[in-house]
Amino acid sequence: MTREAVLNSAVLMGLFIFPLWAWVVDEPFLITLATKTVILALAGVGLNIALGMGGLVSLGHAAFFGIGGYAMGVLASHAQSYDPILQSPILIEGTRSMPIIWLVAILTSGLAALAIGALSLRTSGVYFIMITLAFGQMLFFFAISWPAYGGEDGLSIYVRSEFPGLNTLDPIQFYAIAYVILAGVLLFAFRLRQSPFGLALNAARQSASRVMTVGMSPYRLQLVAFTLSGMITGLAGALFADLNRFVSPTMFSWQTSGEIMVFIIIGGVGRLFGPVIGAVLFVILEHVLGGISDYWLIYLGVLLLFIVLFARGGVIGTLVGRQASHD
Amino acid sequence: MTDPVLQTIGLNKSFGALKACQDVTLDLRQGEVHALIGPNGAGKSTLIQQIAGGLRPDTGRVMLAGEDVTGLGTAARAQRGLARTFQISALAMEDTVLQNAMLGALGVGKSPYRFLRPVFADNDLIDIAIAALERVGLASSAATRAGELSHGQRRQLEVAIALTLAPKAFVMDEPMAGLGASGSKSMTTLLAGLRAEAPILLVEHDMDAVFALADRISVLVYGQIIATGTVNDIRRDPDVRSAYLGDTA
Amino acid sequence: MSLILFIEQVLNGLQLGVMLFLMAAGLTLVFGVMGLINLAHGSLFMIGAFAAAAVAGSTGSFLLALMAALAAAAAAGALIEVLIIRRLYQRDHLDQVLATFALILIFSEGTRWVFGSFPLYLNIPTYLSGPVTLPGGIQYPLYRLTLIIIGLVIALGLHLLITRTRLGIQIRAGENDREMIAALGVDISKLYTIVFAIGAALAGLAGALIGAIQSVQVGMGEPVLILAFVVIVIGGIGSVKGALIGSILVGLTDTLGGLLLPALFRQFLDVSSAASIGSALASMLIYILMAAVLVVRPTGLFGAKA
Repeated sequence: MTREAVLNSAVLMGLFIFPLWAWVVDEPFLITLATKTVILALAGVGLNIALGMGGLVSLGHAAFFGIGGYAMGVLASHAQSYDPILQSPILIEGTRSMPIIWLVAILTSGLAALAIGALSLRTSGVYFIMITLAFGQMLFFFAISWPAYGGEDGLSIYVRSEFPGLNTLDPIQFYAIAYVILAGVLLFAFRLRQSPFGLALNAARQSASRVMTVGMSPYRLQLVAFTLSGMITGLAGALFADLNRFVSPTMFSWQTSGEIMVFIIIGGVGRLFGPVIGAVLFVILEHVLGGISDYWLIYLGVLLLFIVLFARGGVIGTLVGRQASHD
Repeated sequence: MTDPVLQTIGLNKSFGALKACQDVTLDLRQGEVHALIGPNGAGKSTLIQQIAGGLRPDTGRVMLAGEDVTGLGTAARAQRGLARTFQISALAMEDTVLQNAMLGALGVGKSPYRFLRPVFADNDLIDIAIAALERVGLASSAATRAGELSHGQRRQLEVAIALTLAPKAFVMDEPMAGLGASGSKSMTTLLAGLRAEAPILLVEHDMDAVFALADRISVLVYGQIIATGTVNDIRRDPDVRSAYLGDTA
Repeated sequence: MSLILFIEQVLNGLQLGVMLFLMAAGLTLVFGVMGLINLAHGSLFMIGAFAAAAVAGSTGSFLLALMAALAAAAAAGALIEVLIIRRLYQRDHLDQVLATFALILIFSEGTRWVFGSFPLYLNIPTYLSGPVTLPGGIQYPLYRLTLIIIGLVIALGLHLLITRTRLGIQIRAGENDREMIAALGVDISKLYTIVFAIGAALAGLAGALIGAIQSVQVGMGEPVLILAFVVIVIGGIGSVKGALIGSILVGLTDTLGGLLLPALFRQFLDVSSAASIGSALASMLIYILMAAVLVVRPTGLFGAKA
């Protein structure tokens, strides 16, 4: 086993044991904190498919996180008010069922990613960064100015959505759901890296002209990657909304996009577990530094600056050496 | 005689006032090596780009195996059997030699849109890649990263990737560039054996290689073809001597 | 809808446009000359506004406040260029994004720490307050009219700077060929610092000028920054002319969309849904404009082919 694999297993074990311990000593707040970590990590794993594998520096992934969140918020709010979403031509009602909510979140964020990606990928480099950022902002303003679902104030959901056979209101059971999803998506991301698609996408990042001259379209490869990436981040958004039982335009904000990207760089760009380790550190820092100072983001900024300027491999790169992880 | 495999008919391309390509008509026939030579700035790169699909000509057509491909992009032309190699190696430098070689078969034979099965479980793909690597003499370096290859090995890998496309025609942009004398010689041997597979349009500065390989030569000067013929025709052509060979010989 | 209201909104659009230009010009110059994407440009806007509010608060002079904004933003710009930004020119865009994102965190929280979380207010000086009557009997706030004039004067000044001065020649050379200007004996690192500081000063000035019609608070810079990005995407990266035209297009689209779309929807919807759909759509209009430009010209209206 490589050192990176050892580190990855340790992280996965830690995320298994820590909440169990918190459950045993009856610290539900710590379980909730762990749940938040796992969900944010999931959003990062999604972005990492576009960023790490595809080399697509998207500063607009909050768009998909927000759409996933609002998919949950809209469906659940209709379920809680017994007011159908649509009556004609067909009856569509709200739902509290997590699997249906997830499906809707994945589909809607996937469609949005397809549309945004199709436009943004016509360009590259700085243009791509600015355009994804702008589209994220567009949805942010739309969420603010659309009054039906709370506008600027957001939308509160009183009861967490349901999962067959589990009590989702019990923190440890909700954590289990989030953990299993993260593990499943990590497995998917792992397989994806080794798949024919992963090989082609990786090559497209390194040399678009090479990929074209062997008969593949880098645009199409990157669009598929961007869409997959948006879908996963959208799923994370739906879970995040269920964790907080609240959605608001903040989920769409550019800071959210920035933070998801920060997880990846803290952990290590292009590493399978980069976003996971990044999210763990982010939440720990938020709580340790946030307890010391109201201005903890200054320290985060300094840390981030340090990593970018002097420790480009992030935590994983520093711990296991600098070789790229995808072989 | 059969139709040419690859043909350009009356290609014109201007950049502002600069006419980079004027009425270029040229063909590549089954089984031959057709060399395209010309001084720097003659418009060879512009012509190659138009043939490979990177540039659209202002007027004129590009035909591949009887089909008009003028309106198609680079990827579509590759899928129809046009294999191009680059003057400056375009490889996935972080990936291994084998991974690079697998790209070709992925693009033209098999779909890259398969997400869950490992690529190394696809034996067809590996067989095609290994066969091409053996052909160019790189099989023993299959696990090396492309970025760690020597310049000459990168050139060989370029050719191997082109081979995995099972192409109808090769378009090679200065495959000898930067190779030493011995590297140049082994590349010449390699290319000589390839013409049976598919004809080669060879853009090259190395005159020894050109004279050794070419069945026909076309001379491009200021965007125009001033002569086309056998090696001996070209050696004797007075226009060529004054415009080109006179300067370098 | 009256013609007067329409003209008023056109002027508001122009005013927003020229202020966006002050932001976008710096961004596009920095990208064109140094190849850097700077997310912290919005922080420089904020620094200008805070410096102006602080100086106006203690001296009461609006002119001094503007000078302070220019100086503070230029100094902050030069400082981060020398300390941090110049290490990023050779890095990829991801590193540039992350490092300048880190700078936003540091600047925003630092400002919150010094000035607190409550917004500051910067008053319009008495000699610029109140309305003026324009030809045609239109009443328009003098201050906003002044902003339009200042913006246009600066656009002209920038044009002259780039086309007529030595510095401008160096900037244009830098956009085309970096080795060339080094060969000409220009001190590149000094040139970069100067270009960055000019961009910063323009952003700071915009912050101070806008600060007098909004509240001055942490986070005020980023929405403007993102609008400036939209401007640059529309106008084309590196083109100052594109930045000007893109700014005015965006300014007009935003203000006129907010006015016209709800009115348009009232033709076939009831008043409340027309207002909500109209305003929601209006908030997206500039992004739709951006998408349309992308479809037609992926490198922007005046951008060089990538």
